[in-house]
Order: sequence, then structure tokens, then C-alpha cells
Amino acid sequence: MQPLHTAQVGQLYRIAEVQANAMMPDCDRQLNELGFFVGEQVMVLRRAMPGADPLVVRIGMSTFALRAAEAALIGVQLEHAVVLAAGSVA
Amino acid sequence: MIEAPIHLYPTGPLVALVGNPNCGKTALFNRLTGSRQKVANYAGVTVERKEGRLVTPVGKSVRILDLPGTYSLYPRSLDERVTCDVLAGRAVGEKRPDLVVCVVDATNLRRSLRLVLAVQRMHLPCVVALNMSDEASARGIRIDEALLSAKLGVPVVATVAIEMQGDQALRALFDDPAIWQVSASEPNLPEAEENLQLDHERVQSILRALNLDRITPDETTAQIDRVLLHPVVGPVILVLLLFLIFQAMFSWAAVPMEWIKDATTWFSEQVVQWLPDNWLRSLLADGIVAGAGAVVVFLPQILILFGWILILEESGYLPRAAYLLDRLMGSVGLSGRSFIPLLSSFACAIPGIIAIRTIPNARDRVVTMLIAPLMTCSARLPIYALLIAAFIPQKTIAGFLQLQGVVMFVLYLAGILGAMAVAWVLKTLTAAGRQVRPLMMELPTYRRPHLRNILMGLLHRAQLFMRRVGGVIMVLTIALWFLASFPGAPEGATNAAIEYSFAGMLGQGLAVVLAPIGFNWQISIALIPGMAAREVAISALGTVYALSATGAAATDTLGPLLAQQWSLPTALAMLAWYVFAPQCVSTIATLKRESGGWTIPVIATTYLFVLAYLVAFITYRTALALS
Repeated sequence: MQPLHTAQVGQLYRIAEVQANAMMPDCDRQLNELGFFVGEQVMVLRRAMPGADPLVVRIGMSTFALRAAEAALIGVQLEHAVVLAAGSVA
Repeated sequence: MIEAPIHLYPTGPLVALVGNPNCGKTALFNRLTGSRQKVANYAGVTVERKEGRLVTPVGKSVRILDLPGTYSLYPRSLDERVTCDVLAGRAVGEKRPDLVVCVVDATNLRRSLRLVLAVQRMHLPCVVALNMSDEASARGIRIDEALLSAKLGVPVVATVAIEMQGDQALRALFDDPAIWQVSASEPNLPEAEENLQLDHERVQSILRALNLDRITPDETTAQIDRVLLHPVVGPVILVLLLFLIFQAMFSWAAVPMEWIKDATTWFSEQVVQWLPDNWLRSLLADGIVAGAGAVVVFLPQILILFGWILILEESGYLPRAAYLLDRLMGSVGLSGRSFIPLLSSFACAIPGIIAIRTIPNARDRVVTMLIAPLMTCSARLPIYALLIAAFIPQKTIAGFLQLQGVVMFVLYLAGILGAMAVAWVLKTLTAAGRQVRPLMMELPTYRRPHLRNILMGLLHRAQLFMRRVGGVIMVLTIALWFLASFPGAPEGATNAAIEYSFAGMLGQGLAVVLAPIGFNWQISIALIPGMAAREVAISALGTVYALSATGAAATDTLGPLLAQQWSLPTALAMLAWYVFAPQCVSTIATLKRESGGWTIPVIATTYLFVLAYLVAFITYRTALALS
């Protein structure tokens, strides 16, 4: 598992966890509301230059701009790895 | 147009439209009620609560309430709170809706469904309008309405809000008595606090059943983004676009502005010709016609700027601009989300400050409110234009740059840099300023702007502006005319009549305070109504000079007159003053309403006054020393 902000652009991932963070209260909840939930497919479409922040992220049928710090709360796994262990995730 | 404050509709069943931002809810509301309201592609544009009336096919009258878009019933921003309060029956002066229409974006079922579940949990009768169903099928998304209805336990109808007959199924549904009851087949949801994971599992199971449980790429939007969000090309396009907008604002508006000026002069002449020379003629010609004309003249510029903003909003580009500017805004402690209110403030601070509601973070809202008045609103333009034309020579510098244009650019830049400096100071001084700001902004699918929506939005702006002209500005212009005309000059007076009037006395008093920054008493008088509405300062100067000039000078235009009467340092100090000058009364009133108290408007007014005085002082003294 890796944090979403380190994900490869254009590669399909699946969300494995959405963490809470004391420095960013309520952030995990907001992410949930936008659709960032465990088990959802997700893809980083691009990173802003310079600094790779913010990111453009595709989830389900919508696109969001996320700060790298926000994306770091989302733990993802490469999609094929999830498929192999589908039982444990779903 | 059916549109009125809510309390004027005491009878009839109440239907509330609820949905995510950007789901076409406002368009559906317009379609259902025939009401005129702005439809835009920027998330969260529906910030006003709007109500309309609809008559169903069998003649039943229904009230329709358009609630602000929200992602959840856990309020974060102000407009989301409105939605929650109304649905819970907590909103002041508003009865709890009898039926909720959950407007669901068919192209984004995943997120919309979670809101539907939250509404169901409030035990209100509920139907689902599957909106933008045309766009969904165009993108190859097929939704089995019957299956969705069975899974949710509520009726589901497809709607296409942007099409003439796109709301028929929904209208017909209002005649079904069964929908006004909480559905029996609806699953009894637990009313627990933390339902997110539970709801999510339900949404996923519904999506799985509908075979929509995958990521769906949006190729067209991704293609456009490849260019517009490109790390190098994207910002270049943004700068060019902003340049084009400002260029258009000045060049396209020139011709209609001439027409308005000519019309004003013509009206004034008619009044002078047909009325005997008395106080009434003076009031009509010098007060009302001249005052109104001096203000209406900006309408073309305001409309051009708003036309551009509306096009960018509708097309979905504005959030992208915010994304591109996020780093820059982040460096002064704001998020890219503040960009949209600030851009609107270039036309007028009032719509800009209203748009601040959509920023979820409370601190960002306050900071954006404090700096929005520093964006050069179009009301300041005439003052800049007048003084630049009168005092800055028409010459070319560095081979190709017009000096007058450069000065104008510097004034705009001074406002922006001032705003950034203020935001930076606030970031450094406050603990909250050093926190990481949330962005989490949706980048909507690109859409072709609809001409009808843009024209409607423009009409709305024009009405708003004209009402201001008719109201506040008119009253102030007349009040100033009165102050400048009474009491009349005593017998055998040698100076201009205005020096003996109330305005003359007031101005001479104020001039003592403003003398260190180079302002004479005429400017001091003009500043008084100028506080009330910035653009009035010009007509006030016109009134002051037209009334004080003896003989032929009165018929001259204001510019050459000022060039004669003022020194260059005074003119520069006046320009500097207007970059930072405290906002008009309407802006202060808007700040009070939007921030819910006097703290923000008092702080804003005070710091802007101090800043304006300081900068004008420095400008005046520097210019004096150099000349």
C-alpha cells in the first residue's frame, strides 16, 4: 500500500484506507463525502508543476483537485494487486 | 418571472429540490417554475434560496424551493447549512418541506446516491429525479430506472432540465398522491450519527447491481485538461485569457459608453431648454440627469466583465483557473477557491463577497472578505480613467507601451499586490494561517455554455446595477446636489456659490484632515458621496466644479478643468487613495450580511482607510519631492 500522492499518473489504483489526521480535522470525512471510500477505484490524472501539488484525481465519475497533503491521507493499492486479494478488501 | 421571498407563499404543498452542486438542479428549477435564475457550471453557484410555483397537469398548485447544492447533510459551508436547516425544519420562517425531490446527476450516480440516502434518513417523502440523463447516455452510461427505484424504495424519473419537455415525467409525478407519503417500501434506516460507511456499502451494492461499479474515464474533458492544465501552457493560457478579458472590458465598452455619455448630455440639454432657470432645473439637469448618467456609463464595462465570467463559469473553466492559481494563493495562506470571489470583485465587490459563501474554510472566508475590496472594481475605473486622461501625458515608453495604459496596469497591480500583502500578513500573524488549507475542489466536465443562460445572467446583473443606480446612488446624488446648492451665496458674494453651501463648509472641514495628502476642499466634498458609492465621486466632482465654476468653465468637460485646477502630486495621491479607498456603503452592508456581524466590516473599513491615507501620503510627498 502507498499514499495516493505518490501514485503513478494514469495508473489504476484501489483505495485501501482513508486516514484521519489531527492536523487536518474533518479531512477524512470530507474525502469520504466526495467519494473517496475504501474499495473505490481511483486514478491520478496529473500533478501540477512545480512541486507536484495539487493533484488532479479521478474517482468514479468525477474529477477533483486535491492537495498532496489531502491525497496523502488516502492509502491505495495497485488495482491488479487488489484483484488478487479481492476477498480481503471487499 | 415567479420569484419571491419565501414568506409570501404561505399555502400549498412545499417541494424542496436537493442535490449535489453542479447536478443541474437550478436548470431543473427554472424548467419547472419558469423562473429566471442563473445556471452555471461552477460548483456552489446557487447561493441564494429561490422559490417558485408550479401547476401540475391536473391543476394542483405546488411551491418549489431550490435549495443550495450540497454533498452531504453534514453542513460545512454556509449554503450547505441552509439546505440542512430547511430539511430538518429548523430554518427560520420556513415550514418543513412536504416532499423532497433529490436531483441526481445521472453522470455521477455514486456521489448523488449518498445524499439520497441521507435525505431518506430524515423521514421525508422523497422522489429521485435522474437529471442529465441525456448526457449520461451520450457517455455510454445506462441506468436501469426501475431497478434503481426498487433498490432505493422511492420513485425514480428521468429528467433533462436543459430541454423543453425534459421535466414532464416529474410534473406528472406530483399528481400521484402516494408520493406525498413516506414510502412504505422504504427501508427503515437507523438514525445513527456515523452512517458514512453503512451508506457507502449500500451505494456500492446499488452500483454493483446497476453494473456501474467502475471508474469511468471522461476522455473529452481529459483531452481539454491536457492543454488547459498543462504545467506551462495552462498558466500561459490563463494569463492571456485574463489579459483578453481586461482588454475587452476597455476596448469593447468604449463605443456604448460614448452613446450613454451623448444621451446624458442630450437629456441635460433638453431639461435646460424646456424648464425655466430655477432650482428645479438645476436639480434635474445637474443633480439627477448628470448624476445618473455618470454612473450608468459603466454598465457596458460591468456587463462585458460579467459576460466573460459567466462564460468561464458555465464552461467549467473557473475551477481550473483556481487549480492553476492554487500554489500562488497558497503562498499567502489562501486556497485556489478564493480566486473566483476575487475575480468577480474586479467587476463589483458585492457579487464577489456573496460568492465567498462557497469557501468551506471559515478563516479563508474572513481573509477573502477582507481583501476582496482591494480588487479594483469597475466603479473605480472612471476615476482612474478621468485622472489618467487629464494628468498622464499620451506618450509611448520603451518603444511600444502606452504610458497611460501602463499607469492603469500599475493601479490594478497595486490593488492585487496590496491584497496579497494583507493576506500574507494575516497568514504570518495568525496561528490558523499556518495550517494546511483544504482544497478538494471538483473539476466539472467541460460544457458548452448556453447563450440563454449567459444572457439571463447578464440581464440579472444589469437589473441589479440599475436598481443600485435608481436607489442608493440616486438618493446620494440628489442629497449632494442639495448640500452643494443650499444655502445660496449671500448678496454681493464674489466667490463661487458652492463655497457658501453646506457642502463647502463640510469639505473645508475635511480638507484640514486631508491636506497632508494633497487633497483640496473640492476633492474632500466629492469623497463624501464617494464613500457611499465610489463611482459617484466623479459626478460629485462634476457637480462641485460645474456649480463652482463661473461662466464658460461650467460647460467645459471635467478632465481639462481638473488638469488646470490640481497639481500632478494631488492627482497621483488621489489615484493612490482610490486603489485602497474604503469600499462603498453597499459593500459594507454586504460584508455585514455575509459575515453575520459588524466585526468584519468595521475592521475592513478601518484598515482600508489607514492604508489609503498612508499610501496617498507617501505618493503625494514623493511626487512633491520629485517635481
